[in-house]
Formats: sequence, structure tokens, C-alpha cells
Amino acid sequence: MTEPLVTLKQVTIAFDDRPVVDRVDLQVHRGDIITIIGPNGAGKTTLIKAVLGIQRVTQGSVKLTRNLTVGYVPQHLALESTLPLTVRRFMALSGRSDPECRAALEKTGVEHLIDASIHHLSGGEKQRLLLARALARKPDLLVLDEPAQGVDINGQAALYDLIRQLRDQLHCGVIMISHDLHLVMAATDKVICLNQHICCSGYPADISHDPAFIETFGQPVAESLAVYHHHHNHRHDLHGDVVSGVVTDDSHKECDHAHH
Amino acid sequence: MPIIDAVLDDFFWRALLGGLGVALVAGPLGCFVVWRRMAYFGDTLAHSALLGIALSFLISVPLNVGVIITCVVLAIALVLLSRSHTLATDTLLGILAHSALAIGLVTLSFMPDVRVDLTGLLFGDLLAMSRDDLLWIYGGALLILLLLMKLWRSLLMSTIHEELARVEGIPVERLRLVLMLMFSLVIAVAMKIVGVLLITALLIIPAATARRLARSPEHMTLLAVIFGFVAVGGGLTLSWNLDTPAGPSVVVTAFSVFLLIYGGARQTQT
Repeated sequence: MTEPLVTLKQVTIAFDDRPVVDRVDLQVHRGDIITIIGPNGAGKTTLIKAVLGIQRVTQGSVKLTRNLTVGYVPQHLALESTLPLTVRRFMALSGRSDPECRAALEKTGVEHLIDASIHHLSGGEKQRLLLARALARKPDLLVLDEPAQGVDINGQAALYDLIRQLRDQLHCGVIMISHDLHLVMAATDKVICLNQHICCSGYPADISHDPAFIETFGQPVAESLAVYHHHHNHRHDLHGDVVSGVVTDDSHKECDHAHH
Repeated sequence: MPIIDAVLDDFFWRALLGGLGVALVAGPLGCFVVWRRMAYFGDTLAHSALLGIALSFLISVPLNVGVIITCVVLAIALVLLSRSHTLATDTLLGILAHSALAIGLVTLSFMPDVRVDLTGLLFGDLLAMSRDDLLWIYGGALLILLLLMKLWRSLLMSTIHEELARVEGIPVERLRLVLMLMFSLVIAVAMKIVGVLLITALLIIPAATARRLARSPEHMTLLAVIFGFVAVGGGLTLSWNLDTPAGPSVVVTAFSVFLLIYGGARQTQT
């Protein structure tokens, strides 16, 4: 195995003596996709900010390999409407050349928007733009904070597919936070379930049986995940959708189902 | 050169030259105030300028120096206090803005032998612009413009998305400090013309007017400078001819242009 891109050793981050991240060990290698899941307030964003170097750690160490280029896709781009900005200009602010920026936009499928004002983009388009912005830097490590936020259901699956493709093309490491358990579980190499400390980690099929996972997310979610992995042979996913907390009425259930 | 001397000997021309110099930097800095939602912050700094004046008299340093130092100290205090999150930022700004103004006024009242034109300081004075002031204004403007040009991309990026900027290695905290230093400098030199109570207006109104027509950040700063020129030129002419106070006249002109642009643009849009 090559040298890991990122190594976290016993990282603890405390706010007012209350640990938000508690003794976390983590390694990211090239080609990895690591997804962090966990309930609200579990310290997911704080943890990846520590990886990004924009959150000081209270204890432990964060080690990045030398000359590591990090591409960061923040949760959202809340742009002040008083600042006139086109997609082209926003990309150019990365300091990369015009062809590089265009190529990145093309990869994420929003090249046609290059002259559009950022203020007129939809949620999904903004996420793809942020992804392109990160790609233009040719990252060794891609860090994404809930990349599918504000993206509709079809778009979500496509976005996670795209992230997987990009990992293959760039041969970079990927670390991301996600709430979209189903989609993530399908797209992910490794899952870390965080609730201040790492309560369990491993491959999706394994952790859905892990008692710690079931305790954090509840039996229904765990079951729905287990079900998901069989969903090509079984027809239980409809049931799984319902119990995982997706609030739908009957007609929506059918609708969800039809998209599979 | 006799022509330049003739111009500089005339107080109206001195005021106009000074005002245009201020507008030159108030344009781009005003854009940052608008983009970063720092309007109230700018107000607080401007109000503290009066405290700076009082302190300058107290320890006998040049007014400009006293004002700059007071603004910078207050700006740093604000940043540190707002980090503790005990009070909402707008509450904190409200407390500091008015306290600084009040402490300044009280301190000045304790110094009966110091004769200051309070109205002039609060609302600006057409007659107050000296040759030294012009040097301060153009020296300060040159420094600010050079800094802005050098730091433009980083400043813009940290305004658009602070965390993204930080991940990309831009020293966000240091830039914020530089921006505050520039604000302090502008307040110190703009004080004479528009007065401490109205400086923020000269920063915000031209920038907000420019937003309506701007296609890019740079275009917006350029337009803000032009609207600032119009405000200063129109306002000082008004003040000269109708004997109105300088600062309010400049602001009224800026506001009229604002109404004109927004009214006009709406008509063409619908």
C-alpha cells in the first residue's frame, strides 16, 4: 500500500471542554472513497474541517502528505446577491487557466452554463459547479460536505456516480459526509459511522449488522440498508424506504419505487 | 506651477479634489462593505473616529493618526468580541458604535480649551480641507489602491466563500485585518469632507447604485467610483451654491443618483 494521503491519529476536538470529535483515527489512501455518516451534531463537519486544516484540533495529530492538493466542495454556496459573478469568473478565481476550468465544467456537466450568473443556478447546478471548482485544482484529495444537498432524487444518484467516476479518472482519495444512506451505501467503499467517536466503520454490508450502528441509527435503518443490498433480487426496498424515515404517503412510495 | 497653486489656494477646489480622492477608494471599499454585509460595522468604526479625535487632543498627536489608531483598535476588539458569541454581532456593534460616539463627545466636553467645530466633524465641512489633508487623502488613496490591486483575487475569493478560500491557502484572517486597516484609513481621511456620521453612506450608496448595472465585481467597483465622483461633485457644488452642509449634500446627491438608477432600471425591465 502506498503512503496514505491523510492520517488522523487520536484526533479530539473540544468546544468549551465538550468533545465534539473524540479520539478519531482515520486514513485516506488514493482511490479510497470514505463516507462519514452520523446523526446531527455528531461532529462530521468538524472532523472534515480538521482534515482540511481549517479547524484546530485539541489533541491528536492530522498529517497530510507533502504537496497535497485538496479540492473542497462545501455544503453550499451561499452567495451574496449583491456580488455580480458569472460561472466563468468564479472558476477563474481558482487561479487555473481557462481551458482547465472549461474541462472541469465539462466533466461535471455544466459547461453550457459558463456565461450564466451564479445567482441564477439551481441547487444541483451549484453543487456541480462547486465540484468543478474543486476538480480544476486537480486534487489529490477530494473532500465533500453533503454534496447532494438541494439536488433532486435522480440528480443525487447521478452525482454520487459522478464522484465515483472522478475518483477513477483522477485516482484521488475521496472523503465525504452524507445523509443519503441508501445512495451512499451503494456508492461507497468504506463507511465511517461517527457519533463524536467512531462507533463503527467498515463496508456497508458489514456495518449494517454492527450492534453499534444499529444502536445509533436504529433497527429500521439498519434493516433498510441490509435490504438495500439485496434489492436487485428482492422486492423489500419499498418497505425499507418507508421505515428509514423518508416521509411519504402511499402514492410517493410508488413514485420512489418507479425510479429504481 | 501657478495654475496648481491657484487651484490649491481656493478652498472649494481643495474640497473637491479631496472629495474625489476619497470617492476613488470609497468605491471599491464600499463594494466590499456591501458584499460582506459590513455596513453596520463601517458605521461603528466611523463613530469611533470621534473618540479618536478626542484622544488625539488629549495626548496631542495629529488627528489623522489618532483616528486611524482608534479605528484599528476598535476593529480588532470587535473581531475578538464577536468570536466569543456571547452577544449577537449587531447588538455588539450597536453598543460599541454609540458608546464610542458618546465617550468621544463627553471627552471633548471635558476639554474647554480645545475649540473644535463639532458640527463640522459630525457632518463635514467644505472649508476644512487643508493642503496637508490633500496629501493625506492622496497618499492614503494610493496606498489603498495598490493594496487592493495586489490582493484583489484573494480578497474577492475570501468574500465569496471564506472556507473555500482558506482551503485554497488564502490567508483569510490577515486579509480581514488589512481590509479593516483600509477602512480605518478611509474613515480618517473622509471624515473632514462628509463627517463621521455620514461616511458609511459614501461607502454604501454608490456601491449599491452600481450593483444595479454591474456585470462583474470589477465593473461594479468602477461604477461605484463614478457614482462616488458624481455624488462628491454634485454635493459640494450644492453646498457651495446654497450654503448647505457639505456631508449631507454629498449624501443627498448620492441618494438621488441611487433613486434615478433604480427607478430607471425598473422601467426598462418591466
